[in-house]
Parts: sequence; C-alpha cells; structure tokens
Amino acid sequence: MNRIRTAPPRYWLVGLVVVLFVGLPTVISSFLASEWGQALVLAIAIMGLNILVGYSGQLSLGHGAFMALGAYISAILVHRYRLDFLLTIPIAAVATGLVGFLFGVPALRLSPLYLALATFALAVVSPSLIKRPADLTGGVQGILVPQPDAPPFASDAFNAVTGTAMTSDQWIYYVILFCTLLLFWLAWNLGRHRPGRAMRAIRDAEVAAATSGINVAGYKTLAFAISAFYAGTAGSLLALSTGFVSPDAFPVSLSIQLLVGAVIGGLASIPGPLLGAIFAFFLPIESNQWVPSQTWIPDQITATVKNAGPAVSYGVVLILVMMFAPNGIVGLVKAGYVVLNRRLRGAADRETGQVPPDPQTV
Amino acid sequence: MQEFFQLVVSGVATGGIFASLALALVLIYNAMGLVNFAQGEMAMFATFLAYSLVGTGMSFWIAFPVTLVLAFVGGIAVQRIVIKPVERAPVLTLVIITLGLATLINGLAGFIWSYVPRSFPSPFSADTVGIGGVFISYRDLGVIAVSGLVLLVVYLLLQRTTVGLTMRAAAHHPEASRLLGVHVSWMLALGWGLASAVGAVSGMMVAPILLLEPNMMQSIIIYAFAAAVLGGIESPLGAVIGGLIVGVTVNLAGTYIPNAGDLELAFGLGIIILVLILKPNGLFGRAAIRRV
Repeated sequence: MNRIRTAPPRYWLVGLVVVLFVGLPTVISSFLASEWGQALVLAIAIMGLNILVGYSGQLSLGHGAFMALGAYISAILVHRYRLDFLLTIPIAAVATGLVGFLFGVPALRLSPLYLALATFALAVVSPSLIKRPADLTGGVQGILVPQPDAPPFASDAFNAVTGTAMTSDQWIYYVILFCTLLLFWLAWNLGRHRPGRAMRAIRDAEVAAATSGINVAGYKTLAFAISAFYAGTAGSLLALSTGFVSPDAFPVSLSIQLLVGAVIGGLASIPGPLLGAIFAFFLPIESNQWVPSQTWIPDQITATVKNAGPAVSYGVVLILVMMFAPNGIVGLVKAGYVVLNRRLRGAADRETGQVPPDPQTV
Repeated sequence: MQEFFQLVVSGVATGGIFASLALALVLIYNAMGLVNFAQGEMAMFATFLAYSLVGTGMSFWIAFPVTLVLAFVGGIAVQRIVIKPVERAPVLTLVIITLGLATLINGLAGFIWSYVPRSFPSPFSADTVGIGGVFISYRDLGVIAVSGLVLLVVYLLLQRTTVGLTMRAAAHHPEASRLLGVHVSWMLALGWGLASAVGAVSGMMVAPILLLEPNMMQSIIIYAFAAAVLGGIESPLGAVIGGLIVGVTVNLAGTYIPNAGDLELAFGLGIIILVLILKPNGLFGRAAIRRV
C-alpha cells in the first residue's frame, strides 16, 4: 500500500494509460476496436525498431520484411497444420527472432549506411520473394486466416460490463493489448538494465564501450534478434487482426511507416513507439476521412489525396521532425517539462541549474 | 550463342541506365558521405517533367536538355532547403531525411500526375540493326550512346575543369578548401544538382522501357545501389562498371535461370549482400581506415 502511495507520478500515468486501453473496446465500436488493435500492432513493431535504432544505433529499413515473416509463419501454421492461432504467435516471434539473429551477424560488419542500404533492398524485394513459393504462401492471393471467436470467460466478462456479446474483433484487440503490454514491459526492463546500458554505450561510443569490456558484437546481434522478435510478433498479430496475409500487405511503405512512427514518437524511449504508432497509423486514415468530408475540395483532388496524401504527409513529417525535433514527441515533452520546471523554480535556480541538452539519439 | 550476345548488348543498355543512377549516388556519397535514398524519386520526378514538356508538343530532344537543367536546379534547391540545415547532423539523421524526401517526392508525383502508368515516348525507333549476325535494337544503341555520353561529360567536368577540381577538393578536404577560398557549401549544392541531372538521364532512358509512374524507379534504385556497392561506393568509375556488370548479369540471369520472372529484383539484393559480405569496399573502393 505504501509503495503505491509513494510511486512516482509517471507510474500513475502508466496505470491510467493501461486502464484506458483496457476500457477502450467497451465504449467504441467493434470496427474501431479492430483499428486500434492494428495501431497497437504497429506500436509493437515500432518498439522493436526502437530497440534496434534508438538503443543500439543500427538502422534497419527492412522491418516490414520481418513482420511479413512473422505473419506468414503464423498464417501457414494455422492454414496448413491447423494450429490454434494463439499458439502460433510465440512460434512466429521466436522463429523471426532467430532469423533476425542470423541477419544480425553479417550486419555487424557493415557501417550503418550499408546496413540501411541492404535492409532497404530487402524491404523492396520481400513482396516478390514472398510470391515465389506459391504452394506455401498462396502466391499473390495470399492466405486467409480464420479469426477465432472469443472464449467463454472473456465473452462473459465483456457481456457483464457492456451488455453486448463480444465480437472476435474485440477479443483479438485484447490479445493484441496483452502482447503489447507484455512486450513494452520487457522493453522497459531491457532498457534500464545491463543490456540496455550496454547497447546505449555501444551506440554512443563503440570503441569506448569495447574497452570497458562490453561484448559489442554480442549486444549488437542481440539487439537485432530482439528487434526481429518484436517485428515477428507484430506480423503474427497483424495477420490475426486483418484475417488475411498477402505479399502486398508488406510493401516498402510499411517499413517507412515503422520508421516514421519510431522517429515521431521519439527514439530510445518507452512511450515513444506507442505515440508514434498512433500517429503513423491514424494520420493516413484520418486524412482520408477528413478530405472527402470537405465538400469544397473537388472530387479529382480528393481521389489523388487518398492515394498520395499519406506519402506526402509522412515525408514532410519525417523531414521536419528530423530537422527540428530529432527526439520526437517524447523529446519535446521532456524539453517542455524541463523549461517549465526551471520557470517554476525561479530565477536563482535558473542561473545555476544549467540543464544539459538531451543527447541526440539519431 | 547469338542469343547470348544479344542479351549482353541489351544488358549493357540497361547497365548504362543503372550506371547513370549509380553515378548520381556516388557523386552525393563523395560530396557528403551519404547515400541519397531519394535519388531514384528525384529522377522519376524529372522524368515526369520531361513527360509534361513532351506533352506540350515539344520535341524529345529539346525536352531532354530542358529537363536536365530543371533537374539540376531542383537538385540544388533540395540541397539548399532540406539538406543544408542538417549538414552536420549524424549520418542516420541524414539517411532518414533523404527517405522522407523520397516519400515526399513520390507522393507529390502521385498527387500531380496520379498513379496511373503512362507510356513515355522513346526517341529511338524500335527497329533492329544486324551486326555480325547479332540483332540490336536502335533503342538499346541509343540508350548506350546517351548514357555513355553523359558519363563522359561528367568525367570531363570532374577531371578536366576548374569547377570539377573545386568540387572534388571541397568534398575531400572541406576545411582546407574553405581556407583557399572555395565556397564549400555551394560546391556541395552543385554536386547535388549534378547528381540530380545525371539521375534524370537514367529516368528518361528507363521510362520508355518500363511505364512511367511514381513507383517506376523503386526497382531501378535497388540495381543502382547494387551497382554502386559493387563498384565501391566512392568510385565514379566503379559505379559505371558496376552498373554494366549488374545490367548484364540481371539480363542473363533473367533469361537463363528458369522461372526467374519477378525474382530479377532479388538478384539486385543478392549482389548487394554478397558484395557487402565478401568485399565491402567493392571492386574499386579503397579500404576504409578508421582512426579510433
């Protein structure tokens, strides 16, 4: 009890956010719950990218390919071997993590620029690679993934709260939420303990880290493996949520979307990926709904905005954020908090309390 | 055997296209140690400009140089507006910014010209000419001639003119050049303009082969990456030779490996990964020596 009372305010904030997300499906429609579920899926994948880029300083532009791998592993296991979908999530996650580990070994030898280049090529090529083994992956058509019904205990609990039956979309939302909470908690622990410190040390000064006895190669590949593990989980959950996998669900733009989310939210932070995911997921959807609703905009323009709008806004946002707020939303909030604190503490403090600027993470 | 030679010649033609874009990448890499992920999209945008010019009734051979000038100015503008403010930022920041630029230009092109594929007029006739039993299309010959000419012009500009010398100096030793009175920042802008113009050539050469649409360069840029990496990313000569090798390889592999089909792009990825693992400095690159 005492621990709860003395907990720092941000723990209360975390609790509030969790309650908000748990309660969300009871007040919004089943369709919106499915959308929010997909936003959370994106948050998981972005958290994976955040661990790689933000903590260990390696840039991957091909995380969409890892998501595709996770999604297809799950879909094939369900479709061919009739496994329960929930069982396939950890399998897909671990398998993708292993692939990430194998990918991380050659990546060690590459400069960040070359790594970006190779992973970008991977992202561009992956849809055509997926199409190839058509027997296994269903080729261009992809694979349908049947969506599971809510189990009785969840359905009953939901019914008790809202008085309506739980749809499978709502059940899937809770599965995704559970995975998100678990993986964010893991990432938080990773970040503040030995591996996180080691990764940040490598990111900021590789040689210094090595001379301090940090296993540079080991932690860099570990970061790749963990990052792919997250992406694999996200891919698997995406397949569950959309009920469908196809090569075109994993274009280059997905990898870009992940990067946008990671950068906007703020790299090397825990709330960053969640905020970034919500932004990156809802920006195109909202703009697509807002533009057609404005009757003064001609129809032809509406049609092109629907196609080109997300790309333009992603591009502008990426450039502006990298130029003016390289630490994203979280960085802005922190900077604002520091300024506010200094104001509140008064002039005497202001003179002595020179707060060093946040180190730029990317 | 005849088929083989024909494939080699058309491979050289595609290789010339890859080489132009790879050379554009190398120019910017040399100027600021950065791979410009927006290079392909910039070329695509320039090609759309050429398309619009031709659409107004202009002949291709007038539209071509006009587009090059526009691309040159556009490249300088991009450098001044987007890249210059963050010149000193870490390389990952710059990479993300060029990616943002690529996305932005792609979206803009989609916004202006829509995503419907259009056919782009080829200035060369589709007839073939027989040389020693090998039939070569005028299109391939034309592409080879144009890319060869452009590469030659860039070579002469960089190696034989004062501007070229200044540009190279600014890239290699910014501080020393500044002391000698070189406007380093403007030389970088000039490099961006030049790269943008060279890239535009590849766009205008490839558009008649593929159809013109905002995502047209997405596969070409992968081959150009492969070419630049294969040749050694700081070597202009390497980019050209790398481009030719990639062009011929992809063309041969696409024909002789059964069911290659849409896997051709995977060869590009394969080349990139193989080179990076086996010989990260490429064929003509110098080994990177890092002082710690």
